[in-house]
Amino acid sequence: MFLWFHKLGSPKNFYRLSQVLTPWLGAVTAALLVVGTYWGLVVAPPDYQQGDSYRIIFVHVPAAWMSMFVYMVMAAAAAIVLIWRMKVAEAVMRASAPLGASFTFLALVTGSLWGKPMWGTYWVWDARLTSELILLFLYLGFIALQNAVEDRRTAARAGAILALVGVVNIPIIHYSVEWWSTLHQGPTVTKFDAPSITLDMLLPLLVMAVAFTLYYATVVLMRARCEILEAESSSSWVRELAAKREH
Amino acid sequence: MQEFLYMGGYYAFVWPSYGLALLVLLINLVIPRWRERRTLRRLARENRRTRRSA
Repeated sequence: MFLWFHKLGSPKNFYRLSQVLTPWLGAVTAALLVVGTYWGLVVAPPDYQQGDSYRIIFVHVPAAWMSMFVYMVMAAAAAIVLIWRMKVAEAVMRASAPLGASFTFLALVTGSLWGKPMWGTYWVWDARLTSELILLFLYLGFIALQNAVEDRRTAARAGAILALVGVVNIPIIHYSVEWWSTLHQGPTVTKFDAPSITLDMLLPLLVMAVAFTLYYATVVLMRARCEILEAESSSSWVRELAAKREH
Repeated sequence: MQEFLYMGGYYAFVWPSYGLALLVLLINLVIPRWRERRTLRRLARENRRTRRSA
């Protein structure tokens, strides 16, 4: 186990593994996205209160879940960066930020598009929406910090601290709908008793959630590869790789 | 088909949501591919230069 961890920790091995994994992960992701979208848009019945507008749930909820999940991955990588200074963790952390920002942006905009017909407004400054907006700023702040600091390793350590401090926002987002009175509905899927959503709608939602998770796995590996190439550009294996691509 | 596109009157909210999701996912997929190729090309160029000067 430790040996395996050690091997994966080498940028070269991680790069190779990522090259092998991403085509397969990408293919499964694409298939699940097609199935989930068809299921959600065509097969699932309309909601008895919200009609067809609720179909936004199949992109909104997975995007919102991923906005927080990606942050937790980023924070875990940040802890590894600070404790062990692992280069692969730096790559994963930095690769996660733009993806997390994308999911957060998507959650905010689709939520807004859902809010207009259902609440009568695109935006309210309530706890759920505001804390999710702060999450977007955390991601953007992290990205800006990475671009502002010249030395990659210093930038990674500074970013790791920022990422860890920002973790405090995640439980705030999650519990905001319970702690404050808000327009946003409470949790319907992750309740301890049976989820208050019919199976016809829950199943496509779960398919989309898995698809979004695999999408993140695929693209974060691809992005981490770029990070590794740039960070290791003077090492011999990267030079050889570039030379091989020439022909 | 017409009815499907109409989305029970919510077409102006449902379709932009799905369209934007598709766009965001595609952009994030294309960027790393493009960036990896560009980096490898740049390194290959640098390889050639060092060989020539050696």
